Amino acid sequence: MASVQWRSRGRNYEAELQRCHPEGLPVEFGDYHPLKPIMVTDTKTRRGARKGSTSSSSSSSSSAPVDPLSSMLDGTDPLSMFAATETSAAASHSSSVGDLGRKRRVKEEEALGADFEPWSTKRGEILARFTTTEKLSINLCMGSDRGKAPNPGSSAVSEKVRTRLEELDDLEEGSHRELLNLSQQDYANRIEELNQSLKEAWSSDQKVKALKIVIQCSKLLSDTSVIQFYPSKFVLITDILDTFGRLVYDRIWTMCSDPRPLPDSFTVEDVNDTAKETCLNWFFKIASIRELLPRLYVEAAILKCNRFLSKSGIQETLPRLTAMIRGMGDPLVAAYARAYLCRVGMEVAPHLKESLNANVFDLLATFRQISGDSVQKQLHLQKVEVPAYLMLYSPAINWILQCVAYRAPEPLLTEMMERCKMMANNALLLNSIMRAFRPEFVATRATDFIGMIKDCDESGFPKHLLYGSLGRSLACADPPESERLTILNEAWKVITKVRNPQDYMNCAEIWVEFTCRHFAKREVNTVLADIIKHMTPDRAFEEAYPQLQSVIRKILTYFHDFSVLFSMERFLPFLDMFQKDSVRVEVCKSIMEVFIKHQLELTRDPVILNAMLHICKTMHDSVNALTLEDEKRSLALLIIGFIRMVSFGRDFEQQLSFCVEARATFCNLEPVLVQLIHTVNQLAMETRMVMKGNHSRKTAAFVRACAAYCFITIPSLSSIFSRLHLYLLSGQVALANQCLSQADAFLKAAVSVLPEVPRSISVEGKLRSSESFLLDFINNFLATLLVVPDHPEHGVLYLVRGLLNMVQDYTWEDNSDAKVRIYISALPLLAAMSQETYLYSIHKVDSNETLYGGDPKFLSEINKLCETLIGQILDHLKTLTRDEQSMRRQSALAFSLFGVLLAHGDLKNNKLSQLSINLWNLSHKHGHSETRVSIRTLESIRHQAQRPDMAHLSDTIQRLALQSRT
Amino acid sequence: MSVTLDIKLKRANKVYHEGETVAGVVTLCCKEPLQHNGIALSMDGIVNLQLSSKSVGVFEAFYNSVKPIPLISSSIEVAKAGKIPGGKTEIPFEFPLISKGNKVLYETYHGVFVNIQYTLRCDLKRPLLAKDLSRSCEFIVHSQPQKSKIVPTPVKFSITPETLQNVRERSQLPLFLIRGHLDATSCVISQPLTGEVQVDKSDVPIKSIELQLVRVETCGCAEGYARDATEIQNIQIAEGDVGHGMPIPVHMVFPRLFTCPTLETTNFKVEFEINVVVILQDDHLITENFPLKLCRV
Repeated sequence: MASVQWRSRGRNYEAELQRCHPEGLPVEFGDYHPLKPIMVTDTKTRRGARKGSTSSSSSSSSSAPVDPLSSMLDGTDPLSMFAATETSAAASHSSSVGDLGRKRRVKEEEALGADFEPWSTKRGEILARFTTTEKLSINLCMGSDRGKAPNPGSSAVSEKVRTRLEELDDLEEGSHRELLNLSQQDYANRIEELNQSLKEAWSSDQKVKALKIVIQCSKLLSDTSVIQFYPSKFVLITDILDTFGRLVYDRIWTMCSDPRPLPDSFTVEDVNDTAKETCLNWFFKIASIRELLPRLYVEAAILKCNRFLSKSGIQETLPRLTAMIRGMGDPLVAAYARAYLCRVGMEVAPHLKESLNANVFDLLATFRQISGDSVQKQLHLQKVEVPAYLMLYSPAINWILQCVAYRAPEPLLTEMMERCKMMANNALLLNSIMRAFRPEFVATRATDFIGMIKDCDESGFPKHLLYGSLGRSLACADPPESERLTILNEAWKVITKVRNPQDYMNCAEIWVEFTCRHFAKREVNTVLADIIKHMTPDRAFEEAYPQLQSVIRKILTYFHDFSVLFSMERFLPFLDMFQKDSVRVEVCKSIMEVFIKHQLELTRDPVILNAMLHICKTMHDSVNALTLEDEKRSLALLIIGFIRMVSFGRDFEQQLSFCVEARATFCNLEPVLVQLIHTVNQLAMETRMVMKGNHSRKTAAFVRACAAYCFITIPSLSSIFSRLHLYLLSGQVALANQCLSQADAFLKAAVSVLPEVPRSISVEGKLRSSESFLLDFINNFLATLLVVPDHPEHGVLYLVRGLLNMVQDYTWEDNSDAKVRIYISALPLLAAMSQETYLYSIHKVDSNETLYGGDPKFLSEINKLCETLIGQILDHLKTLTRDEQSMRRQSALAFSLFGVLLAHGDLKNNKLSQLSINLWNLSHKHGHSETRVSIRTLESIRHQAQRPDMAHLSDTIQRLALQSRT
Repeated sequence: MSVTLDIKLKRANKVYHEGETVAGVVTLCCKEPLQHNGIALSMDGIVNLQLSSKSVGVFEAFYNSVKPIPLISSSIEVAKAGKIPGGKTEIPFEFPLISKGNKVLYETYHGVFVNIQYTLRCDLKRPLLAKDLSRSCEFIVHSQPQKSKIVPTPVKFSITPETLQNVRERSQLPLFLIRGHLDATSCVISQPLTGEVQVDKSDVPIKSIELQLVRVETCGCAEGYARDATEIQNIQIAEGDVGHGMPIPVHMVFPRLFTCPTLETTNFKVEFEINVVVILQDDHLITENFPLKLCRV
């Protein structure tokens, strides 16, 4: 081994710092900068470029940058041009017109106002709510019961007219079919099939067939067998009617848009005769439908077409249709027919309120029939209970009342209420009124409503549903201040008497919101207590988790002060009702989220701490082997959020004991442990700050305790790099707090852990080499070692040697220069250690500089170590000659060693100087060096050589030859 | 070689009144030029009477059908023999709708035993070996508005078991009281028939309430006359057990073609009646009959 003599260059750090003239260099703007956005200031529009004319690229310079894509699109774009012509020319194409029609419709619905809840939102709700397991049947007798043909076809009737008539009157005998035993899903599918065949028939110009389908479908609505399913059936079938209405309207609309499309606000004068005649034909055809129900529904479906015929058509038709519904004997069928009429009416002419009101009044008049014999007989036959039957009305009545109440003046609503009172407070109606009318309206009269609810007869409609509806309104609008408590008392009196836990819970859940909104802790606590009392027997809570969860959610939206929240006696017992693990954790998480969001101040409130610890512990305890990584992460994040909010102020000891407790509680979540270690380290540093760096005996003991806490916590972490970093950090903290032996122990532990570092670790699910992480860590570690004083019982540079030995023994990856790179980076450390004053030091900690005081023995020890390292490096360099790849590595390594020598070695020493020149040459030998870097390096050396104490460098420069480029 | 011949009237609804001009175009569509021997257009209006087999025997009904009564007949030549170029050719025409002599142009009516019909017929004569083409098209005549003022003559009715005729066993009848009114029995044909029905009381639930529109056609002939009533349409106005004491609207649109203003001539009569039919759930059928007088204003 060619022994190299190391001499560290003497450094005067302060002088160097001053030389580095701290005044910043002005950065010149306007020059090229790689991060400056590319601005296009001169664009060439490609207008007409396709024509191939030579002068096509007219250049236009604009101040604002023009997006070349958008400039392509202004009008000349072939695609948009094509689309434009298509929309105007293909207006006759029915499908595209359908789209247009739809757009128009959307616009008109907007005229209704966004505050009107549209039918589409109710649709799904009804379908989901009214279901049945019973078998259904579709009776599509296209022939109907019209056996007797009234027209014994006289020869005089023209052929066409006669066939039309026959088709309309009695339809093909063969198409009579009855589908029995359909499940609900089958039924829906069948109806959808009919919807499809309606569209098909329409598009293949079989208008009569289309009408037939619609008539047959609406006839199904008079069938009230399987009555539980009726509301859903209504939804399905009115979909078909809507389709039909749209088809007819769009077709007639197309007929009048021959030269150009009809404006949205067209009048009768704009409609041509053919369109009028067609429209009239439809109305005549529909007027001759025999049965009442189809006639009504189909006419309602094409109500909008009245616009083509006369201005007042809709206005005249609506009251007539409203009156027509009186002919329907079955009150349920009638109610839904009214709902449909109101729906169409609102869509087509929202300003016509009179017929809506008339509908309500007629509806009220039919309520007597519900208790009539025919209905009762039917219910008995189908084995349906009266309350369940009454519930079937609610969607229809709700809808009708919603239409009426929409932007209705106050007196009208009051009148409705009075009428309802006259109906002996019919519960069904009352319920719908509370649901449909504006919450503000209901809220101001809440006391009246309570009175009315009280007066309702118990039979039929359960009262808790009424209170539920009332509660829903009160949750959105505020009743008068003075009445609030009475309202709550009255309502809760009834609610608490509800026997069925499910019913009770549904109602209570609604009223919790009202309670939280207007009352304080005490009332909410009472409510919670009542809920617990009801839900505990027979473990009824198991069936009501969603509602219970919603109770918690509501409380959390109104109570953000957690000291108040947790001082509710019943809150934690309430939480105990969540006994299913998944729900329990869910609830805890939601509480934690609110806590983190709304708890802005650090807290030491024992009530909060205890409760939160309990909640966090619940979350923590849910973690098991099957818990997903993401789930763990989110739980850990929430718990960390809590830990960060805990502060005992100057009472550091209590904080530490909290951390001890937390560690015991959350031992399964590593991120939490990491956070705890950070918290404790921070605690130690805060203590130091409070003592201004001079620990008393008591504080010294305390910081040692902190160090001990960290020291025993770190090994329980599984992630090796967390462990390493925390050892280092804790060591630094210990050093800062003058706990030398603790710091020593931390660093020693870190070194002893190093061999365990695996060659590859998983980062974000991918396996990656750990080498770069390890290099980073060791460099960081080396920097710390400068200030760590040697242990009196161990030899000189005990830790450095230990580290380097460890590095040597570590099984590095094959073909890796990591080891040598560490050696190279250890050289600056050793050079720094041999200075008279160190670059940095820790207050009240004597580093080696003071311990050894520049003892030559110490220095020679360092030099020896350096020499060994350089020897090792050179040996390694020698092996790197095999192929192109290794030569490249050789060049890079040699250059970095050269750099180190230049910066830290004393090049006055001839041997070192020679070595550096050799290294330079080696790095340039095979042309793998970067010329630019080499040039910069030379410049820098030249610059340094100008300084008097570095004059020797000028000799060296002479000998550093830049390799000419081959 | 395919040729299509069509008549298109100017008015979309094809309705004309006496004294007006029936205008339109004859359209010819052919791919190649077409040789023809003249195109003629004729307008006819006739009353067809048929005796029902009920009034006279089956065979007599067949043989003895009354001769049709012509109301109007005229023809013009649209084009002289010649050639029509290929493609679509439109030849406009105009016919004055004026009756000859003192004949009245009755309103178009499609019935069972009486039919009043107006047609335009276009004939295209072609040389040998090619079939003549013909096409006819019905147009509708509405009679002149009635001059005298119409008195609506509303009618009230009340049906109870006592008011019924034609009852076999009065004792088995359930109790009921159905009241109502028709706003007019002299109706304007273009306006719907309106009124109200109200079930005040009924021991047996109602199954259905229907309006039956009936035509009464009378044909005179050598052997005497035949009078027959047949249903035109039946419209349900109530279904199921309707609420008591609630007025249910009566509303019926008079169907076009199948109704006309009430007509009385020397040879035949066309009259209309309305039946309010109440069907009880035990299938009792209660009918109240009202003769109507239809007119056009």
